[in-house]
Amino acid sequence: MSVKTLTIDGKMVTGMAGETIFNAAWEAGIRIPRLCHVGGVSDVGACRLCLVEIEGQKKLLAACLTPVEEGMVVHTNTERLRAHRRLILELLFAERNHVCSVCVMNGQCELQDLAAEAGLDHVRLRYQFPKLGVDTSHERFGLDHNRCVLCTRCIRVCDEVEGAHTWDVSGRGARSVIIADMGEPWGQSESCTSCGKCVQVCPTGALFSKGRGVGEMRKDRRFLKYIVTAREKHQWIR
Amino acid sequence: MTVEELFELHSEEQARLRRLENRIYCCTAAGCVSCGAEGLRSAIAAAIKAEGLEGRVEVCGSGCLGLCSKGPLVRSAADGALYGELPPEEGALLVRPNPIDRQRLAAKRLDTNAPFFARQLKIVLANSGQVDPERLADYIAAGGYQALAKAVTEMTPQEVIEEIKRSGLRGRGGAGYPTGLKWELVARQPSPVKYVVCNADEGDPGAFMDRSVLEGDPHRVLEGMAIAGYAVGAQQGYIYVRGEYGLAIQRLQTAIKQAEREKLLGNRVFETGFQFRVDLRIGAGAFVCGEETALIASIEGKRGQPRQRPPYPPESGLWEKPTLINNVETFANVPPIITEGGDWFASIGTETSKGTKVFALAGKIAHTGLIEVPMGTTLRTIVFEIGGGVPGGKFKAAQTGGPSGGCIPEQFLDVPVDYESLTNIGSMMGSGGLIVMDESSDMVDVARFFMEFCMDESCGKCIPCRAGTVQMHDILSRLTRGEGTAEDIRLLEELGALLRETSLCGLGQTAPNPVMSTLRYFRHEYEAKLASGGRQ
Repeated sequence: MSVKTLTIDGKMVTGMAGETIFNAAWEAGIRIPRLCHVGGVSDVGACRLCLVEIEGQKKLLAACLTPVEEGMVVHTNTERLRAHRRLILELLFAERNHVCSVCVMNGQCELQDLAAEAGLDHVRLRYQFPKLGVDTSHERFGLDHNRCVLCTRCIRVCDEVEGAHTWDVSGRGARSVIIADMGEPWGQSESCTSCGKCVQVCPTGALFSKGRGVGEMRKDRRFLKYIVTAREKHQWIR
Repeated sequence: MTVEELFELHSEEQARLRRLENRIYCCTAAGCVSCGAEGLRSAIAAAIKAEGLEGRVEVCGSGCLGLCSKGPLVRSAADGALYGELPPEEGALLVRPNPIDRQRLAAKRLDTNAPFFARQLKIVLANSGQVDPERLADYIAAGGYQALAKAVTEMTPQEVIEEIKRSGLRGRGGAGYPTGLKWELVARQPSPVKYVVCNADEGDPGAFMDRSVLEGDPHRVLEGMAIAGYAVGAQQGYIYVRGEYGLAIQRLQTAIKQAEREKLLGNRVFETGFQFRVDLRIGAGAFVCGEETALIASIEGKRGQPRQRPPYPPESGLWEKPTLINNVETFANVPPIITEGGDWFASIGTETSKGTKVFALAGKIAHTGLIEVPMGTTLRTIVFEIGGGVPGGKFKAAQTGGPSGGCIPEQFLDVPVDYESLTNIGSMMGSGGLIVMDESSDMVDVARFFMEFCMDESCGKCIPCRAGTVQMHDILSRLTRGEGTAEDIRLLEELGALLRETSLCGLGQTAPNPVMSTLRYFRHEYEAKLASGGRQ
């Protein structure tokens, strides 16, 4: 496999042919913000937080979907990108009911971290306050739609790693919602193996283990790493 | 059918039509059907029977006759007269008119020398209203399938592509990508399996060009697709047509069956080694499925959601195979280019935009309907000469390109309509919807309407489009209610820039266009609606 050399934020970086800009950057210690990407499963380029500027390209491209090319010059943290990311985060906070102070993931949440990183201290958009439910029918886990950002990590990990494809999206636009099987309560799903992978990859408190108080939910980061090494480097030991 | 048999059938059918004393064409496109064309047609058929004129006078259905606002329309071939708003009992008089009937009919006769007809140039719609869309023989009599015959028997695939390139034809779906280049990209792929897809998921509010072509001349689209299949090396074509177009679907199904029976599609087209099949795929009511990657996902049986390009469909499309996707109108332009030559086509239009463009005129305009004009015709000609102007009002703006386009104000009426000029003034060609607005239109409300459309049609995959359209709609609604602030207008612009630059697909990227263009040309209307009463 050939090696490609490129410049990311002024730093010379190498990546393998076919590797994404996102992975090459992270391996070189350049953290590009992301919400829908999770190592080890396919990428969809939906959150638009990892958009980068590539010199000579008019369009902004998602780093998680764009392969590295020889001589590419990439900027991941320009004024324009920071402004876009901030507004995307504002859109997310206004879209559903994200109330950190009563969330099991308070302090551990990826959305919260991204907001803190972006210096987002208030939202200028109008909160939509949609009426959304909480599915606690599963004996070990719960799904709170109010905290869901529709990143579809759960769908992909369930389909591609566990092979169950319990989760999918129903509806479209702002009415999109994650469903189990054909829209049954999670606890009645026949395909769910209760493996809990979806819970571990969920960036927010939307998918959680039952019995945790505010800020008490911990997601197993080693589990994420295990998926990456096992699937990408074929090391099947934890 | 061999090429010889095609030409035989062509002259036989022409001779048969010449022997008829008269042939009465009833427009059976959806517009006229909805105002009673079927009743009119049966009344004429009954009159022919009653007069004992069977075999001498014939009634048939036809594609769109253009002036939809005067439907149901009828054309009498004997004297070339066109009648509008004809009730069934008057239609029956057409069969054997006596002098009194003639006088009565004269009142319903439309002036075909009027600018509406005279200023048009019909290439795509050449057969529309001239052939019965449900009869293959009609299409063949009009020269149909001769272009396909020429392509597969006399030309190499590369020659076909060169001809299309020379014509300067650009995609009629809206973006205007050079068709010849796209074909060449697909042809160059080494894959043994390739696909040709016809995008008939026309969804812009007020647009009905593709529907009229499919309803009025379905064989022409099939012929264009087969020529494309031959040129790029594909054996399978799909037409992705929206489920709401019941009549178009029915006519396409009939046309595919007829063409397969006569071996104009299927194995061994014209008894040569070329094979090409066409299947229909029916959309289920999602606007986003007109976006090519979402359309591909939908044909594959998946949720109709777009994905990032590149890779573009010519490299990796349907089932990851090289795929050529063109719009209905683009394919409809192909047969005449092959028969008449690329140079002929390139002689029409402007420097960068060749040929003609079909527009669906709607809104505050005297002559609602379907027109085809050479590229570079000014908006003034389209609206005031062909369209007959704005009844009882003053022209304010024209919206082209649907929810992805923009509003064009009065000062640009003399801009020639082509891809570049429209983009330069903040709108776009789009697929051809043209909605005219008069002084009674509230431009903020127009922007709100289109934003509501985009919000409802967003697939929900990427955040800027899913949540951004909701917020923009929210702000526009507040403004129309007089509750907006100056900060809201600034936010609107910021959100617009976000959607344009960060959305995953064309739907989101162009969703702010109606807002941006109305803000550009009618900003005072926004400011007049502020809660502070226009004071900053």
